[in-house]
Amino acid sequence: MPFVPHTEAEIRQMLAVIGLTSLDDLFADITPELRPRSFNVPAGKTESAVLARMEALAGKNRTDLISFLGAGFYQHAVPSVIDALTGRSEFYTAYTPYQPECSQGTLQAIFEFQTAVARLFDMECCNASVYDGGSALFEAAMMAVRHTKRHSIVVDECINPLWRAQLETWHNEGIVHFVTVPHKNGTSDMAALKAAITDNTAAVMVQNPNFFGAVEDFSELFAHARAHKVLSVISVYPVLQSVLKTPGEMGADVAVADGQSLGQYLNFGGPYLGIMTCRKDCIRQFPGRIVGRTKDVDGETGYVLTLQAREQHIRRAKATSNICSNQALCALRALIYLAVVGRQGLMRVAENSMVMARKAVEKLTAISGVHLLNDAPFGNEVALVLPKPAAAVAASLMAQGIVPGFPLGGLYAGMDNVLLLACTELTSSQQVDALASALASALGGAQ
Amino acid sequence: MKSLFAQSVAGRVGYLPEKPEKSAAELLSAHLLRKVEPQLPELSELDVVRHFTRLSQQNFGVDSHFYPLGSCTMKYNPKFTEQAAALPGFTRLHPLLAQMPEGERYTQGALQCLWDMEQALKEITGMAGYTLQPMAGANGEFTGVKLIAAYHKDKGNKKTKIIVPDSAHGTNPASAVLAGYDIVNIESKDGMIDPETLEAALDDDVAALMMTCPNTLGLFETHLPQIVEKLRKVDALLYYDGANMNAVLGQMRVGDVGFDVVHLNVHKTFATPHGGGGPGAGPVGVSEKLLPYLPVGRVEKRADDSFFLNFDYPKSIGHIAPFYGNFGIVVRGLAYIERLGGEGLRRASTFAVLNANYLRVVLQDTLDIPYNRVCMHEFVASAPEGQRALDIAKGLLDRGYHAPTIYFPLIVKECLMPEPTETESKQTLDAFVEALMDAVAEGRDTPEKAHEAPVTLPIRRLDETAAARQMVLTEDMA
Repeated sequence: MPFVPHTEAEIRQMLAVIGLTSLDDLFADITPELRPRSFNVPAGKTESAVLARMEALAGKNRTDLISFLGAGFYQHAVPSVIDALTGRSEFYTAYTPYQPECSQGTLQAIFEFQTAVARLFDMECCNASVYDGGSALFEAAMMAVRHTKRHSIVVDECINPLWRAQLETWHNEGIVHFVTVPHKNGTSDMAALKAAITDNTAAVMVQNPNFFGAVEDFSELFAHARAHKVLSVISVYPVLQSVLKTPGEMGADVAVADGQSLGQYLNFGGPYLGIMTCRKDCIRQFPGRIVGRTKDVDGETGYVLTLQAREQHIRRAKATSNICSNQALCALRALIYLAVVGRQGLMRVAENSMVMARKAVEKLTAISGVHLLNDAPFGNEVALVLPKPAAAVAASLMAQGIVPGFPLGGLYAGMDNVLLLACTELTSSQQVDALASALASALGGAQ
Repeated sequence: MKSLFAQSVAGRVGYLPEKPEKSAAELLSAHLLRKVEPQLPELSELDVVRHFTRLSQQNFGVDSHFYPLGSCTMKYNPKFTEQAAALPGFTRLHPLLAQMPEGERYTQGALQCLWDMEQALKEITGMAGYTLQPMAGANGEFTGVKLIAAYHKDKGNKKTKIIVPDSAHGTNPASAVLAGYDIVNIESKDGMIDPETLEAALDDDVAALMMTCPNTLGLFETHLPQIVEKLRKVDALLYYDGANMNAVLGQMRVGDVGFDVVHLNVHKTFATPHGGGGPGAGPVGVSEKLLPYLPVGRVEKRADDSFFLNFDYPKSIGHIAPFYGNFGIVVRGLAYIERLGGEGLRRASTFAVLNANYLRVVLQDTLDIPYNRVCMHEFVASAPEGQRALDIAKGLLDRGYHAPTIYFPLIVKECLMPEPTETESKQTLDAFVEALMDAVAEGRDTPEKAHEAPVTLPIRRLDETAAARQMVLTEDMA
C-alpha cells in the first residue's frame, strides 16, 4: 500500500502492545449504524498511471494561445530560481512556524517578505499574507470597521469586479456593508467618492491602476478621508508599484494587492497570495500571521510569530479574523522574485509591460472604429471600445488562436463593446501584429 | 543569518530583463510616479540561491524530521503530486480563459480536474455536492457557515446562534462570528459533547452546531446519533470540521450520519504540502438541501461528457474565491486520491489510528494521559506533574524531532497533542518515544537544564514578549 510502511509483523506487534487483536478493533467506537452506506472510490493506480492521466488532462488545456488576458492576473516571467528554491522540501513540507527555533528559515523569509513589500508599497507594516487579493480587500474593510467602530465602506466600482463579488459574498449586513460608487467612463469619480463619505463611513476603497487599466492619483481623496477620520484603502498591482506613485505617498492607511504577478503561475485561479500592508497605528487591527524580529536568550537575532493575541487560536470568537494559515509558500515565491529581479529588474518588468501596451494601443486604435474607452493615463492594461460586441469578436479571434483580452459586457452595464487588454514583458511585437491583423479582419475594416 | 537586504550591493543585478525602450518617466507624467525607487535588494542570482538554500536548512520539515504536530496531519507529501501540479498545461492556464465566450472548450482538462475532485470527495464523504472554492480550512468554515445562514434565511428561520464545544479549533467560533452569529460555548464532559448539556443550550435560535469528530482530544464523539436527532428537532444544521478527517476515511461518511456541511483540509487529509503555513485548500461539501446555495460557477457535465461552468444559481451565496479555488492544490489532492484509491484511503486512516494508539500506550507511563482509552488519529497528554509542556517540546527539538502541538486544546492542562500519521514507521515512533522519555527525564532530574533547551539549533529560546512590545516587523522598523 503506498506511503504506509508497516509490515504484517509490525502490525501484529503494535496491536499486541495496544492490547487489541485486529485493526478493526481500533474503530469500535464507530458503531454499525454510523458505518458508510457505500465507499465506491475507484481502486488505486500506479504512479505512472496517475501521472499519465494528469498529463492527458493538462494537455486538454490550451496554453499555446496568444493571450492578452489580464484583468488583475498576468503572465509575467517566472524566473527558474523560484521553482528551484521553493521546491526545497525544507520549505514546502514544514508547517506554520509554531516552534520558532526549528523554523527560522520560514520565519526569516516571511520577515524579509514583509520588509520587501513594505518598501515596495512605501508602507510601514506588512503581514505574512492572506489568501488572495479579494480576501485582502475584505480583511482591510474589517480592519477599518474595528478601527473606526463604523460599519459602512465606500467602494469604487473601478475595483476589480471579481474581488467586489467576493466582498459581496463575504460581507454581513450586521457587521459591514458596502456602498458602491459608479465609475465614470472607466475612471474613478472622485467627487462622487468624496460625496459618499458620511459619518458612518469606516473606509474608502479604491484600486490603482484600476480594473480598466487607468492610473490615478488618490492623494486628494485620501486627504479628504483622513479629515473625516475615514481610513483609505488602496489595492495595487505589485509589479507596477515599482514605478507608480506609492500608497504611502498618497497617504493610504491600508494597501493591499494580489501577489500573483510576483513570481506565481496563473494556475487556473490559484493558489495566489493576498498582500496586506498598513500604517503602524492600525497594527492592532491587522489580521493574520505577522513575524517580528527579536533576540534569543544568548542575544542572537531571531524571528517569531508575534502579536498573536489578535489571533483566533488565542482569542477565538474575539479574534481580528478567522484566518489561521497564510500563503507562506506563495509569499516565499514573491520574495524570491523580488530578490532576484531586484530594484532595477522590477522596474524593467513594469516598463517593458507598459511599452508593449502602448504598442498594442497604437496598432489597434489604427483600426477603423476601434478607440480607447477614455483618455486616462494607463499602465500595462487598457480598455478598448470596438465597433461590434466584444464577446463575438473575441470568440472569432480565439478560433484563430488569439485571446484578445476580456470582454467586459458581463461585468459592467453598457460595456458590451468593451475589451480589456493586457500586455506584459512577455508580449512580443509579433503577437501584437498578429492581434491587430486578426482584429482588423474580424471587424471587416482596413488597418 | 544576515538578511537579504544586508547582503545587497548597489548596482549588482540578478535576473535582469531587457532594457526598456522607454522609462516610466517617458510613459507617465511625474505626478503619477513614485519619487524614490523601491529599495529592493540588489543581488546576483547565486547570492539569492545561497541565501534561500541556507534559510531552508534552518527549517524542520516532514522530509527531514518526524513532525507529529497534532491537528495538522503532517503526513508525507508524495513527490509525484508536485510533478502533476507543475504541468505547464495547468500552471500557465489563465482562469478567465474558461469564462471567455466558448472558453470552456479551451479548458476542458482543468474543468475535468475540478469535476473529478468533486465526485471523489462526494463518494469519500457521502455528501451531495461540493464547492472547491474555499482557499483554506478556515475559509471553508466561513463558507460553510455562510451556507447555513443562506439556508435559514431562505426558509424564513430567524436563527442567531451557533453552538461550539469548548474543545473546538479557534477558527470555528471566529468563522461563525465573521458570518454574523453569536457563539454559544458548551462544556465537554469526559472529553465528549454531553447530550444533556447540548439539550440545555438548544432552542429555536440555534442555527447549527459546529463539531469536530473525532474531536480535538482525539476521541470519537460516541453520542453522535443523539446529537443529530436533537439538532433536527429545532431545524438546526450540523457542521463537520474536517480537520480530523484523516481518522475516519472509509470508516464513516459524514453525509451518511447526518452532517449537513463539511469542510475538508486537502493539505491534511489528502497529503498536499503545508508549505510553511499555506497554501492549502478547504473544499466544502453539503447535503441535498444546501445544494442551491453553493458558490458559483459550478462545474457541470453535459450529455456529451463536456464540462462547463454554470453561474445560473439564483440562491447561490456567490463567490468565495475569485475563480475556482486553489486549483494547484486541488490537482495535487486529486492525484493523491487516484493513487491511493478507496482501499488506500481506508488504510491511511487505519494506520494513522494504529500509530496514534501505539504511541499513546507506549507513552502512558511517561506522560499523563487524561483520556486513556482507544483514540483515533491523535491523542492528548499532559506533561508530568511539575513539568511544562513547553520544556518537553523544546527538548524534543534538541533530540531531532518536531514537537507535538502544545497548549491546545485549551481544556487540557500543559497539553501535548501528538498526531503521528500513517506514513511513519514503528521504528520512527519507537525512536521518538525514547527521545520524549529522555526529555521528560531531563525535566524531572535537571529542570534548569530542561528550561535551557533547545541548545543544538542555530537559535535558542526567543524573547516573544520583547517581539510583541518592540514590534520590529520589517528591517526598517528597527
